[in-house]
Amino acid sequence: MRNVYLDYSATTPVKDEVLKEMIPYFTEKFGNPSSLYDKGLEAKDAVTHAREQVAALINAEPREVFFTAGGTEADNWAVFGVCDKLKDKGNHIITTKIEHHAMLHSCAFLEKQGYEVTYLDIDKDGRVDLEQLKNSITDKTILISVMMINNEIGTLQPIKEIAEIAKEYKIIFHTDAVQALGNVPIDVKELGVDLMSMSSHKIYGPKGEGALFIRKGLRISNYLHGGAQESGKRAGTENLTGIVGFGKAAELARINFDEHVKHCSSLRDYLVERILNEIPDTVLNGTMDGRHPGNANITFKYIEGESILLLLNQFGISVSTGSACSSKSLEPSHVLTALGVPVEMIHGTVRFTVGDFTTREDIDYVVDSLKNIVTRLRELSPINEKKGW
Amino acid sequence: MALYNDIVMEHFLNPKNVGEMENPDGTGVYGSPVCGDMMQIQIKVENDVITDAKFKTFGCGSAIASSSMATSMIIGKTVEEALEVTNKQIIDELGGLPPVKVHCSVLADRAIKNAIYDYAQKNGKTYAALEGYDPNADDDEDEHGAVEE
Repeated sequence: MRNVYLDYSATTPVKDEVLKEMIPYFTEKFGNPSSLYDKGLEAKDAVTHAREQVAALINAEPREVFFTAGGTEADNWAVFGVCDKLKDKGNHIITTKIEHHAMLHSCAFLEKQGYEVTYLDIDKDGRVDLEQLKNSITDKTILISVMMINNEIGTLQPIKEIAEIAKEYKIIFHTDAVQALGNVPIDVKELGVDLMSMSSHKIYGPKGEGALFIRKGLRISNYLHGGAQESGKRAGTENLTGIVGFGKAAELARINFDEHVKHCSSLRDYLVERILNEIPDTVLNGTMDGRHPGNANITFKYIEGESILLLLNQFGISVSTGSACSSKSLEPSHVLTALGVPVEMIHGTVRFTVGDFTTREDIDYVVDSLKNIVTRLRELSPINEKKGW
Repeated sequence: MALYNDIVMEHFLNPKNVGEMENPDGTGVYGSPVCGDMMQIQIKVENDVITDAKFKTFGCGSAIASSSMATSMIIGKTVEEALEVTNKQIIDELGGLPPVKVHCSVLADRAIKNAIYDYAQKNGKTYAALEGYDPNADDDEDEHGAVEE
């Protein structure tokens, strides 16, 4: 059976070139970067090199990049680090309804500690309203955090404009760029962001590695306390292999950027076009204008997403769904809810993300399988266009 | 590794008793698309025995498997016997469901009872098990995520 992985926003396979770079650091180059003898210095050099590779991808200075154990830690560090540092200045955070849970649940935790959080709405295209943002700012606002690209609907936010507003009001601006990294051009200087979260495993690097960009001159409190690693800002022996892999993945993402975007967007467009044209009662969620190059989020009316996912899995196809039934919490997707998609339609939503290893034949196989699956599930469903929901 | 066991997968992939009847003796619907699952079960009754049952379900894998199993379980039973079928029995026959999916079996149980209720209403029948039964009562809510085993 064919195997088609269309969930690149969930995670990506480690590329061969990346793995090849990592392997010596498991074995002969295993030193602790903090050690002062050659073996330690060799490891330290590798970390320095990786920092340069990550910095180059986002046009940052290497000293502005701090390695973390992934995007979640970077988000947590950003929000808790700012809130602690500025606790005497204010207690108000502005974020959006569509952030990743790493941000939303951190904010929920802070609300219990007495912080106030404003969750911005999104419009029908999935974008925040800059007027609502401005109107939400108070003299107690200490942090604005808006993700660069949403993980479900792939919408790119007006980051530069938000950064300008934050600057005007002298508020720190953080963006979660976990889905954006390697998929849209990111120049932290040009965008004017203060803090930015990144993750390695979304760009063909290893899991368990990420970074927080902290603009030089900006001070936030530490999140992990211990040794003096990462210029005394992030304690804990470096995940050497992870950092080396992330560095290489970042370098490849920078070098292959144009090709990657072109490859993904052409296959994604082909997938969307075939589904919307060939399968009736399907709706694309979010706008195609300013979208993650690999993302397609589609509702299949009158059927439920977990069933679609399970049957696609029978065909060797991996996707994810916004349906409540597939989540451990049984809650429908908070992103599609914020987008205004009716709940009954959220249940029938599937997210496809294509990546570097996806082929046109894969897309044809997925669409052909989908036609069969959707017909089968609609025959089982008590709901249809005639009967209504 | 799999999300569901082999029995559940078999009933999901090859569901039994799928369809709609032209002249059912009773029709029961439970759940709604907004909740993420909705089931319709229809029955044929002859001499107080359920001779056939058909279902249509909007829902996840376990909702479809529960519908298939539940309809299979009541065919051949008397109405009284069918009323005794519990969601726990449906789960047991399926070899178990993940805890968060227990409510799918409740849905099937309620859809059966609603179909029998409809049959009883139309035919002026009374059953002890249906005394005070409210086909619209929403007890599914309490079952979300409930662990019954």
